Amino acid sequence: MVEKALRGGVWYWLWLLLLVSFIGLAFYFWLQEHHHGAGMLTGLHRDLTWGFHIGQLAFFVGVAASAVMIVLPYYFHNYKEFGKITVLAEFLAVGAVIIAMLSVFVVMGQPTRVLYVILNPTPNSLIFWDLTVLSTYLFLNLLCGWMVLHSEYKGTKYPSWLKPFIYWAILWGPSIHIVTAFLLQGLPGRHYWLTAIMAPRFLASAFSAGPALLIVIALLLKKIANFNVGDKAIQTISKIVIYAFIINLLFLFFEVFTAFYSGIHSHMAPFLYLFFGYEGHREWVPVMWASMILGIVGLVLLLIPSLRRSETTLTLGAISIFLSVWIEKGVALMVGGFTPNVFETVTPYKPTIPEIMIATGVWSLGLLIITVLYKITLSVYESKNLAVKTRG
Amino acid sequence: MSMKRRDFLKITSYGIAGTFLSLTGGVIVGRGSELLKKMDTSSSEKVKWAMVINTRAFQTEEDFNSVILACHRAHNVPDIPDKIREVKWIWKDTFVRGFPTAETKYIGDEIKKRPFLLLCNHCDNPPCVRVCPVKATFKRKDGIVMQDMHRCIGCKFCMAACPYGARNYNFYPPREYLRSVNPEFPTRSLGVVEKCIFCYHRLDEGLVPYCVEASKGKIFFGNLLDENSEVRKVIAENIILVRKPELGTNPKVFYII
Repeated sequence: MVEKALRGGVWYWLWLLLLVSFIGLAFYFWLQEHHHGAGMLTGLHRDLTWGFHIGQLAFFVGVAASAVMIVLPYYFHNYKEFGKITVLAEFLAVGAVIIAMLSVFVVMGQPTRVLYVILNPTPNSLIFWDLTVLSTYLFLNLLCGWMVLHSEYKGTKYPSWLKPFIYWAILWGPSIHIVTAFLLQGLPGRHYWLTAIMAPRFLASAFSAGPALLIVIALLLKKIANFNVGDKAIQTISKIVIYAFIINLLFLFFEVFTAFYSGIHSHMAPFLYLFFGYEGHREWVPVMWASMILGIVGLVLLLIPSLRRSETTLTLGAISIFLSVWIEKGVALMVGGFTPNVFETVTPYKPTIPEIMIATGVWSLGLLIITVLYKITLSVYESKNLAVKTRG
Repeated sequence: MSMKRRDFLKITSYGIAGTFLSLTGGVIVGRGSELLKKMDTSSSEKVKWAMVINTRAFQTEEDFNSVILACHRAHNVPDIPDKIREVKWIWKDTFVRGFPTAETKYIGDEIKKRPFLLLCNHCDNPPCVRVCPVKATFKRKDGIVMQDMHRCIGCKFCMAACPYGARNYNFYPPREYLRSVNPEFPTRSLGVVEKCIFCYHRLDEGLVPYCVEASKGKIFFGNLLDENSEVRKVIAENIILVRKPELGTNPKVFYII
C-alpha cells in the first residue's frame, strides 16, 4: 500500500517539494534560535514565555481530538455516510498530533534533553500526561486508519481485534484535549486561564474548527482529485460544526459574564486587553475583533440551511469558523493568559518572522504526512473504482 | 410491572442497610486519614527557612545595589541589557507591581514609591514544582525551592506557573554577558531556567545567604519553625505582608511595611 505514495503527478511532487522547503527553512531558523538565543529571534520575553508555538499546540490538539466527531458516529452508531471520510479524519488527526507535539518541541530551550521527560516520569506535571496521551492517540489513529484502509484495499472488513482500539481512540479523543486544557487551567495567577470552563470550551471550539477544516479538505479533494466523500456526509459534518460553534460562543459569553458581573478586576483585565486595550496597549484589539467578525460570518453562513447547502458558501463559512477559532485559540489564548502579566502591567508580545517561519515548517511537516497518507487513501479508492468499472 | 409489598420492604431495607454501611465506610475513611497523618513521623521537619525584608531600612540606591550585586556576582548572573529578557535573582521593583492586588489608589505616596526587593518566594506550596515535567525544580526538606540548571529542558512551564515573575529563562547566551566569573559557582547555558536558590550551598555550610550578609541587618533570615528565631520575632512584632497570599502558595519571603 505504501508504494502508492510514490506514484504521483507533477503537482503532487511540486506540492511535496514546497512543503519540504518550508521544513528546511524552519530548521534553519530553529538552529539559529538555538545558537543565538530565543531573545534574538523570537518575541517571547520574561512576562510571556509561551507564545505562538504553544498556541499551535492548543489548537492542533483540538483538530486531532475532533476526529472523534466523525469516528464515533461511523463506528459506534454505524452511520454509513461517514464511511469514506472517516479515514480522512483519522489521518488528519495523525498530522495534527504531529504538529501539536512538534510545536512543544520547538520551544524547548534544551531539545537534546527531551528524553528526560520519559526518563524522569513526573506524574504531577501535566506535560508528562500530555506527552503520554498524545503519543498514544497518534499510535491509535495511525493503527485504526491504516488497518481500515488496508482492509478496504483487500476488499474485506477490518479485523475484529481492531474494535477495542477503535473504541479506545474514541475515548482518547476528548481526553487529549482535556489534558491540554489542564496544562493551562490549573495555574494560579493566570486569570484568563484559571477557569473550569477551559476544558469544555476547548472541546467545543475543537469540535467546530476541526470538522470545519475537514469540510474544506473534503471539498478540495472533490475539486482537485475527483474524490467525493458524499454530500450527505459533508452536510452532516456542517451541522456538527455549527452546533459546536454555537456552544463555543455560549461558553465565551459565560466567561465574559462571570468576569464582568463579578467585577473582579484581575478577571476582567485580559478580556479588556484583548478586546478593548489596557493601559494604552491595543496591540491585539484588531486581531480579536477580526476573530469575532469571522465567527459571526461563519455562524450566519452555516446556520441558514440554504447557504449551508451551497458548496461555495459552505466553504466560505467553514474557512471563517476555522480562522476565527485559530486566531482566538491558536494565538490570542496565549497572549490573554500572559497579559496583563503577574505584575498586572502590560509587556506586549508580537510573534516574529522566525517564530512564524518555524511554525510554518511544523505545519508543513504535518501537512506532508497528511498528504502522503491521503495520497495512499485516494489511490486505494481509485483502484477499487477501476476494478469495479472493468468488471462491470 | 407491579411490586409485591414483601419485595418492596425487602428492597427498602437493603437500601437503608446500604446507606448505613456507606456511612460507616465514610467515617472509617475520614478517621483513617487523620490517624495516618498522626502516625506519619516523616513530616516532623525541624527547619523551614524564611526571609524577612525590612523595607523601611532600605533607603538609598546603595542599600539596594550592594545586596543585588552581592548575589548576582557570586552566582554568575549575566547582566543582560534587554530589560524584558534580563536575568535577575533579586531585584528592585515598586510596591504597586510587587503587590498588585493590594489597595494602591489612596495609599501614601511614600509607600507607593517605596522600592521593594523582589525574589523567589520559596513557596511552601510551589506551583513551579508542581508543573515541572523533569523534576528540575523541586522542594528540599528545609523548604528551599531548588533549580537544577543541568536538568532543565527549557520548556518554560514553570515561568507560566510562577505568579511572582521570579523565574528567568536564558534568552541570550549567558556566558557572553558576564563581566567576571566566580569559579565557585557554575555558569549557565542558553535555554535553561534559573532563579534564587536561597543560597542553599551557604546554609549547608552554616552561613547566611549573600543578600542577607550584604544587607547589614536589613534582611532577617532564619528558621520559621523555631519559635525563638529572629525571623519569628520580627514577624510577630511588625506589620508584615507577603505577595499574593490569596493564591495559596504560602510565600516564605515576608516584608516589613
